[in-house]
Amino acid sequence: MINYTENIRKISGDLLKSGKVDVVIGYKKGTLPGINEPFLARTPEDAQKLVWDSQCRLNLANYLTNRKENVGIVAKGCDSRNIATHIIEHRVTREQVTVIGVPCTGMTDKNKLRELAGGEITALTEKDGIITVTSRHGEKTVEKQDLLQSNCANCLHRNPVINDIPCADPVPEINTARNDAEIKAIEAMSPADKWAFFEDLLSTCTRCYACKNACPLCYCPTCFVDESRPQWVGKGDDPIDVRTYHTLRAFHCAGRCTDCGACEAACPMNIKVRLLTGKMEKSCFERYGWEAGLNTEVRPALDTFTLHDPEEFIK
Amino acid sequence: MTEFEPKIITFLCNWCSYGAADLAGVSRFQYPPNMRVIRVPCSGRISPKMVLAALRKGVDGIWVSGCHPGDCHYIEGNYYARRKFTLLKELLEFQGIEPGRIHFSWISSAEGVKFAQVANEVISEVKKLGPAKHFIKCAPKEIAAA
Ligand code: SF4
Ligand code: SF4
Repeated sequence: MINYTENIRKISGDLLKSGKVDVVIGYKKGTLPGINEPFLARTPEDAQKLVWDSQCRLNLANYLTNRKENVGIVAKGCDSRNIATHIIEHRVTREQVTVIGVPCTGMTDKNKLRELAGGEITALTEKDGIITVTSRHGEKTVEKQDLLQSNCANCLHRNPVINDIPCADPVPEINTARNDAEIKAIEAMSPADKWAFFEDLLSTCTRCYACKNACPLCYCPTCFVDESRPQWVGKGDDPIDVRTYHTLRAFHCAGRCTDCGACEAACPMNIKVRLLTGKMEKSCFERYGWEAGLNTEVRPALDTFTLHDPEEFIK
Repeated sequence: MTEFEPKIITFLCNWCSYGAADLAGVSRFQYPPNMRVIRVPCSGRISPKMVLAALRKGVDGIWVSGCHPGDCHYIEGNYYARRKFTLLKELLEFQGIEPGRIHFSWISSAEGVKFAQVANEVISEVKKLGPAKHFIKCAPKEIAAA
């Protein structure tokens, strides 16, 4: 990770110095241990603040939307797929973007970290795949492998798909097929149990919208949740309104979600919102062989069709 | 006790299925009066928001019908719609909406018989499931009282 950081700083500094880009989107150390924060470096000096480790859970493509200047962007596998999606959806042009590709070995799960620490984390260090967290209960050391977010453990594309300036050599991929165990378990339930399962899952949602704000896919100038004529969904925490919000959010991400996990990382209530987006991605893959953001040419699943798409349910 | 009569919202595309409904009526083909028809320009116009809006108001069933693939007035609207319907149906059923509450069909304006037949099928399937249980924000009675 040390050399990732060094390489990112060097590449970014050079890009800014040469004037090839006006800004580099990356991460800097956050104000709390264990969470890095997105950072826009505009000068070669700024670039020295950039960092990389396993606490870069957000998706930087989110900060690329509708930018007008030339942008360098630090991107792990999933971020790069969202950059590709942004290009397909004309949020930015390919020419504008210089991707500093990070071969990714996964991000740590903020909840696993907290559990490990047993309380507030006061310090966190990472070296050679070993993570040490400090809290008032003392120091704990664990292999990063055991702390991965579930989307990272199941990741299919750890190496960036767009990679203008790689910051390191590619890492081996760890999976060859989707892991849908959690989703299949829900599919096997009765309708009543499914309803109850999601009722429970979403019961603590406060409608803070951190999940949609963290997601690079949610960039409409007016989100359906804010529309008032007609008002599709109420504003409060009524369970049906919450369910409506999550259903439509997942639908709007269908065929576009890269399972980056930024939504879950951002959720203050630790709600597994990826179960819904994941279901949509599973359907897109099973029905149309589609995985989002693997290149910048092919239209996403809901923006294209074939003459013989499956339609066994249509009378 | 009177038998349960479901309320079903039916979205029909202007060019084919709405014509079929007309033809079924003119031809005096019989189907029960459980349907409330909403005419849309194209099945591709159907947004999941509309389907959810209907569910939230307490409808017992939803039926969406458009032109056969290849017959769309706008050439390809129903091909896009087909993918949307597929994902929407899967997403709703994944969350506990019973299969059988939401129906889709392709019916051309010449198929008055098919229209009546599908209408009967939809109504009987929804009837079997009983009144809607989930996704109801505001029941029809409350709307009527307001
Ligand atoms: S829905 Fe969540 S996992 Fe999917 S792209 Fe958006 S933030 Fe990432
Ligand atoms: S981030 Fe969590 S609490 Fe906030 S709206 Fe999303 S699911 Fe609900």
